[in-house]
Amino acid sequence: MQILGLYNYWIFIVLMMCGFYVVISRGNLVKKLVGLNIFQTSVFILYISMGKITGGTAPILTGTATVYSNPLPHVLILTAIVVGIATTALGLALVVRINEAYGTIEEDEIHAQSEDEAL
Amino acid sequence: MLLSLLVVTALAVIRLRDLFAVVMLFGIYSLLSASLFVVLDAVDVAFTEAAVGAGVATVFMLGTLALTTSREKTPSTHKPLLPLLAVLVTGAALIYGTSDIPPYGDPGNPIHHHVAPRYLEDSADEIGIPNVVSSVLASYRSYDTLGETTVVFTAAIGVLLLIGGARRRRSEEPPRPDHEEDA
Repeated sequence: MQILGLYNYWIFIVLMMCGFYVVISRGNLVKKLVGLNIFQTSVFILYISMGKITGGTAPILTGTATVYSNPLPHVLILTAIVVGIATTALGLALVVRINEAYGTIEEDEIHAQSEDEAL
Repeated sequence: MLLSLLVVTALAVIRLRDLFAVVMLFGIYSLLSASLFVVLDAVDVAFTEAAVGAGVATVFMLGTLALTTSREKTPSTHKPLLPLLAVLVTGAALIYGTSDIPPYGDPGNPIHHHVAPRYLEDSADEIGIPNVVSSVLASYRSYDTLGETTVVFTAAIGVLLLIGGARRRRSEEPPRPDHEEDA
């Protein structure tokens, strides 16, 4: 029972580490942003898992149900999703500008070009 | 089951080099997590994730690919060993940390005994709408929502400045005085 009780959290950690690995190991900027989004969604899953009560229903008061899941994490994650898309859009706009300035979206090539300019 | 599908999708995102496929897989990942949120009773979050994560984010990423390139180059200097080590150490530390987390779905967890019962018991009388998530979002925690809209507004200004400004500079490069008023 203890193992099953933590399964959701372990999957959340695996997903989070997948996103983290993409962010730190890949040089492509768009792929980094996708990794960051995977990371972010895994945190959403953590919060929503915490709010779940076994046998509960969605927190919409009907008068018939007696057990509702916790509405507070849902509210926090709603806000986080919207803020997340805003930051992703800003990141993608930066990628487009970097591509206009350097002609590439690979981190290595951008570094190489900056060093050439410095010399 | 859904959780395993999520893991498979995330692993495929790591493996693939075609950025178009990566973005499509990210859309699938968002949709899967939206289905997971329905299973976990968070219907409002599922709506938002399906519309914003799977819809808008995918469209933005596809737009970026159209403006840049859709192929990731094979890394020459990046060594996978160090990032892998960092990820494994962090993951192990986090899994060690889960041993103190209260079990999933237990109504006795501390998270369910602070303000949540009050929202569930009193919001119908105080706010008057059945959806507790809406009551908390728009009334009890409306300052959070105000801050959220400020963030979205700032991000929209930033995107417009970054992309709109570049377009104006490019159109100014050929000296054509007729078009200056349009810019």
